[in-house]
Amino acid sequence: MLVLLGIAVVVFGFIVRANPLLVVMAAALTTGLAAAWTPEADLAAYYMAGRETLAQFGKAFNDARYISLTWILLAAIGLLERAGLQERARIAIAKVEAATVGRLLWVYFVIRQASAALGLTSLGGHAQMVRPLVAPMAEGAAEARFGALPDQQRFLIRSHAAAADNIGLFFGEDIFIAIASILLIKGFLETYGIIVEPLQLSIWAIPTAIAALIIHSVRLWLLDRALKRALSGKAEAGA
Amino acid sequence: MITLQHAYIVAGLFFLALVILSARDEANPRRLRNATFWGLLAASFLGGHAFGDLGNGLLALGLVAIAAFGLGQGKPKTTSQEERRASAERNGNLLFLPALIIPAAALIGTLLVKETSWAQNFIEAKNATLISLTLGVLIAIGVIMAWLKPPPLAPLQEGRRLMDAVGWAALLPQMLAALGAVFLAAGVGEQVGLIFAEYIPLDTRTMAVAAYCVGMALFTIIMGNAFAAFPVMTAAVGLPFVIHELGGDPVRVCAIGMLAGFCGTLMTPMAANFNVVPANLLELPDRKQAINGVIRAQIPTALPLLIANIVLMRFLAFP
Repeated sequence: MLVLLGIAVVVFGFIVRANPLLVVMAAALTTGLAAAWTPEADLAAYYMAGRETLAQFGKAFNDARYISLTWILLAAIGLLERAGLQERARIAIAKVEAATVGRLLWVYFVIRQASAALGLTSLGGHAQMVRPLVAPMAEGAAEARFGALPDQQRFLIRSHAAAADNIGLFFGEDIFIAIASILLIKGFLETYGIIVEPLQLSIWAIPTAIAALIIHSVRLWLLDRALKRALSGKAEAGA
Repeated sequence: MITLQHAYIVAGLFFLALVILSARDEANPRRLRNATFWGLLAASFLGGHAFGDLGNGLLALGLVAIAAFGLGQGKPKTTSQEERRASAERNGNLLFLPALIIPAAALIGTLLVKETSWAQNFIEAKNATLISLTLGVLIAIGVIMAWLKPPPLAPLQEGRRLMDAVGWAALLPQMLAALGAVFLAAGVGEQVGLIFAEYIPLDTRTMAVAAYCVGMALFTIIMGNAFAAFPVMTAAVGLPFVIHELGGDPVRVCAIGMLAGFCGTLMTPMAANFNVVPANLLELPDRKQAINGVIRAQIPTALPLLIANIVLMRFLAFP
């Protein structure tokens, strides 16, 4: 029961808004020390348990370096930004008359979900696509229609650009059979003696994918309506 | 043959360059903290295999300590708004092409290694995507350097500009993976299961399905990762109640249960790479708050979708 203290540390850190890295480390050490708790344990025993937990954490941290490897692509993205990639995206979208924020993000969302379903999860992402392309395009679409944007709407549009990427990815990728989450489920069930094919798992990800498509499409349609309501009055007043 | 270790050396050298450039950036009053932070990360990528488990643990502890004191924001020299606009007009839509090199290289490399035997001589098969991605980054940088001829240090300085914008959040996913390993070793999952079994009436299909789906979302919100929540919640509620006692089909229950967890991912700042990193990259004014603009944009989709998952599991998983 005491090992649940680690979860309590995470929740507490959340509430007091401590630095999340600090919270994670504190939770790990708390869990390790709690697992070593016995009525007879002395300071030396806790010291050993702390050392052991830190080593456990270090091993797992080292094994998971591949997660942070992908940051090197910021060097390439930064170079392109320097050469005006974001500005180019704004110019390109401003030329499309029918583009609205909602329609543009919807097209990106559908492409993201469909390509993730084909296993192409790297065709997107916040550093690669959202910051350099999708968010500037969406802002450009709003500016072409309504003129200069107030901060509130500008940041709302940016937030929705990130949301479209996340939701498209999450509820598309499980349709692909070789994605990590599908392999995790397969491996987990195997340890309990239940053998399943990845293909079966991915088929049953389709109903949720369709639900996500419907729900988020409605959301983006509502976003367009909200932006129109907030900004078109302003444009007339400005003119 | 190119292995993951080689990709780690590339990343290590990149972070090492950030150390030198950060330390010399007088515009950043916290430049030494930034330099030390990226320095520890460079050490991890270059020498992590040699430090031993405790050594790596101490290294992680050092990263956490510096992050807790706070990093600064470097100000590398970059182009002005006007120069960017001029370059965008001059170079046209060709600017999009180098951005596509990276995903294209990742995809082509992965497929080549999977489908052909000769590619397996060049690229370690089990890490084909990560290695191809690294190669793609290097190719893209080479193409841009040859085409646009920015100053030689530009890729490192521009990389530093964006890395500083992401800050400590860059390491949260890796740290969470390590926390998951500690939780697993301490048996946290079994304990959560005992609590669920004791306090929640799981004797009807609807209740058990709802408890499993909501539990997946809640535990994902705490852990920041559905992968960490899945083994815990499925061993605690999914397998014993929804599947074994009430007759749910394991494939359908698990497939939909994982996606219920993904609804939680949309609502938590602990999922840093999905919810905090973009807020930093997009320079949202509320990026330091627990519920930032990205999360607020996602909650109205996540909640109905969680309910949809409960309904779908209730009606599809009991054939």
